[in-house]
Amino acid sequence: MNFDDTPQEAEFRAIARAWIGANAPKQYEEELRKSSLGRTQLKNANILEVAKAWQKKKADAGWACLHWPEEYGGRGSSPIERVIWQQEEGAFGKLSHIFIIGHGMCGPTMMAFAREEHKRACLPPLASGEKVWCQLFSEPAGGSDVAGLRTRAEKDGDEWVINGQKIWTSGAHYSDYGILLTRTDPTVPKHKGLTMFFLDMKSPGVEVRPIKQASGAFDFNEVYFTNVRIPDHQRLGEVGDGWNVSLTTLMNERMSIGAGVSTGFPELFEYCSGLMLDDGPAIEDRAVRSKLANWAVKASGLRYTSMRAISALSKGERPGPENSIGKLVAGSMIQDVATYALDLQGAAGVVSGPEDAEVAGRFQAMLLRAPGTRVEGGTDEIMRNIIAERVLGLPGDIRVDKDVPFNKIPTKGRG
Amino acid sequence: MNFDFSDDQKQLRDQARKFLAEKCSPKAVRVVLDGKAPYDKELWKGLAEMGFLGVAIPEEFGGAGAGHLELCVIAEEMGRANAPVPFSSTVYLAAEALLIAGSDAQKKKWLPAIASGEAIGTLALFEGKGNPSPKNVKLTAANGVLNGVKKPVADGAIADFAVVAARTGSSGRDGDISLFLVDLKAGGVEVKSLTNLDPTRGQAEIIFKDCKAEPLGAAGDGWSILTQVLDRAAVLCAFEQVGGSDRALEMGRDYALDRIAFGRQIGSFQAVKHMLADMYVSATLARSNSYYGAWALSTNAAELPEAAAAARISATQAFQHCAKNNIQVHGGMGFTWEFDCHMYYRRANAMALGLGSLSYWEDQLIDRMRKKNAA
Repeated sequence: MNFDDTPQEAEFRAIARAWIGANAPKQYEEELRKSSLGRTQLKNANILEVAKAWQKKKADAGWACLHWPEEYGGRGSSPIERVIWQQEEGAFGKLSHIFIIGHGMCGPTMMAFAREEHKRACLPPLASGEKVWCQLFSEPAGGSDVAGLRTRAEKDGDEWVINGQKIWTSGAHYSDYGILLTRTDPTVPKHKGLTMFFLDMKSPGVEVRPIKQASGAFDFNEVYFTNVRIPDHQRLGEVGDGWNVSLTTLMNERMSIGAGVSTGFPELFEYCSGLMLDDGPAIEDRAVRSKLANWAVKASGLRYTSMRAISALSKGERPGPENSIGKLVAGSMIQDVATYALDLQGAAGVVSGPEDAEVAGRFQAMLLRAPGTRVEGGTDEIMRNIIAERVLGLPGDIRVDKDVPFNKIPTKGRG
Repeated sequence: MNFDFSDDQKQLRDQARKFLAEKCSPKAVRVVLDGKAPYDKELWKGLAEMGFLGVAIPEEFGGAGAGHLELCVIAEEMGRANAPVPFSSTVYLAAEALLIAGSDAQKKKWLPAIASGEAIGTLALFEGKGNPSPKNVKLTAANGVLNGVKKPVADGAIADFAVVAARTGSSGRDGDISLFLVDLKAGGVEVKSLTNLDPTRGQAEIIFKDCKAEPLGAAGDGWSILTQVLDRAAVLCAFEQVGGSDRALEMGRDYALDRIAFGRQIGSFQAVKHMLADMYVSATLARSNSYYGAWALSTNAAELPEAAAAARISATQAFQHCAKNNIQVHGGMGFTWEFDCHMYYRRANAMALGLGSLSYWEDQLIDRMRKKNAA
């Protein structure tokens, strides 16, 4: 048992570290390091531009999408090299946020299902950040139940005509392309009538409307499709096989290891270490210490769980299912942490403006953003189902709509 | 990076699991649970023959001379099997105290006897309510004899010798405490068994009356040695707790697959699935924290105090969580003496207290994290 790199890993780490040291936008490092959930802007710069510039610089030097093949803009690196890069990139990795969906989900789906000419045309600019991609799966009628989506694609000659609505599309307002899951046959059971495409987000008939979140920010969008035409050669996978194609996408989402989930604990520990309560330093208060200790072991447990997965990668093995707990644990934890930080502030905790609030309102921002983390990318309940079914081998939920033609499934709960 | 046990260590774990599955069935545990024997003597002998008792004891003292990582994987299996033997008292506490502070003569006398299964040892620290603290040590040592009462002492009624914490000063500092070795068969002690939460591991009261004792370690070093012993034991116990958590989770999972209610496997109800998923989460966090503790223990890293506290807290919580919800998944049957669920519930809750309670370790963890940050 050790935390040492193998000689090859150490060599790779040294090269990566040297390049990052010489090239990263250091003027933003401190600000990025201090940013936490719900607060990831830069004060004096547009984070989108800074992120794109950093990504392009990495791509030009061969440091973008490390695990992708070189002909598609990657470096052909091993999974462990990708993890080492993430460790070395550190706070600058937060700049990759807007590319996560494109690089983590759209890219791998394109690689598995797109025609060769599309791969060669689309993947390098996706890797370099010149083009941003989004993923158009969720709908008002299909969130956790993605296969319940209703957006229609109808064949017309060599084209498909799309009508419908997507929701919760991260970054659609600045995306150039998207992968789109549609219903091509409503007369068969729901999983069997789906087909996947990719499309230019500037196509006529695509309308993006930002959603104002409960936190007041705008990270997501509704996307409306009105007679949008997509050529058949932009279809990904067979007609009717969209569900299987989407599983590739989602598996890739959950394979991202080593990125490190945000728990809010380091922020809370730092805050409590300097905080004075009415009767003395917070860090010497028994109740505060007990709370901190309980969160400390969750945060460290997640950290070492991730290291176990990295060790498996390092040995060339597939990581076990342990990593599926990260999002589930971190999501509710960061919410609890933020709630408690405000509790410690007493009545003043209600003030959230960065100029007037405690520690620039970071915990208020965290509190308001946190509910979303427990929903996006698989709700807590879906994550528990995944653990119960895929890890523990418990039976799947009973699906009353499984063998029913999609157009015969009830659409209303009452009345 | 290889933050995992080696193939040899995993093989040892498999070997221990196989051995315990055969020699330490729930039926065998019940002999002790039902009070028909104070501990499983046959199993103890077998553990000695397998080399498990002395796995971390150097060869020159009759052990296998492997290391703490090997001991960790065996500990996990002891926890999984709910083994009714004085393993933790003898191997994690008494042997570790001897390894840290024993003179050559003391090591030669006791360590080979531990490895061969001839001697059972324990640590006599507590004196009634309260957590590990120098101020809670009242038993006195003067002129080579001890006077006072220790309780509870784990496996005290079957132990051949004890490491005893005694007061040798009154300055109010840690240096007031010294450790002593006592041969419990040599007189001067009165031992009384105490009914306790987990009958598969005995607890006793030991009254020391002008009991002869020899110093273990330098006078006044007692508390610093104890702190090290407790940290090591915290990691090793955490592995037992991880093993117990996994077993309790498995029992719950298996029952959820077998039991039919409302015409379905109860494991198909989300209320049950999610309860089991949460148990898996606890057990996984505990395992990962314990691995870090194992790394720190095996390399004697400066991180050990913090890692030990984190492993202790995480594993204690996980075992309590899994043991309690295992009963819940079983419903009424889980609350019968006949089903094995309560054995793990008892063990989980007894282990949660043995080295000091959760609130004590929470406090320790924060102190240690602050120290690290200040450094």
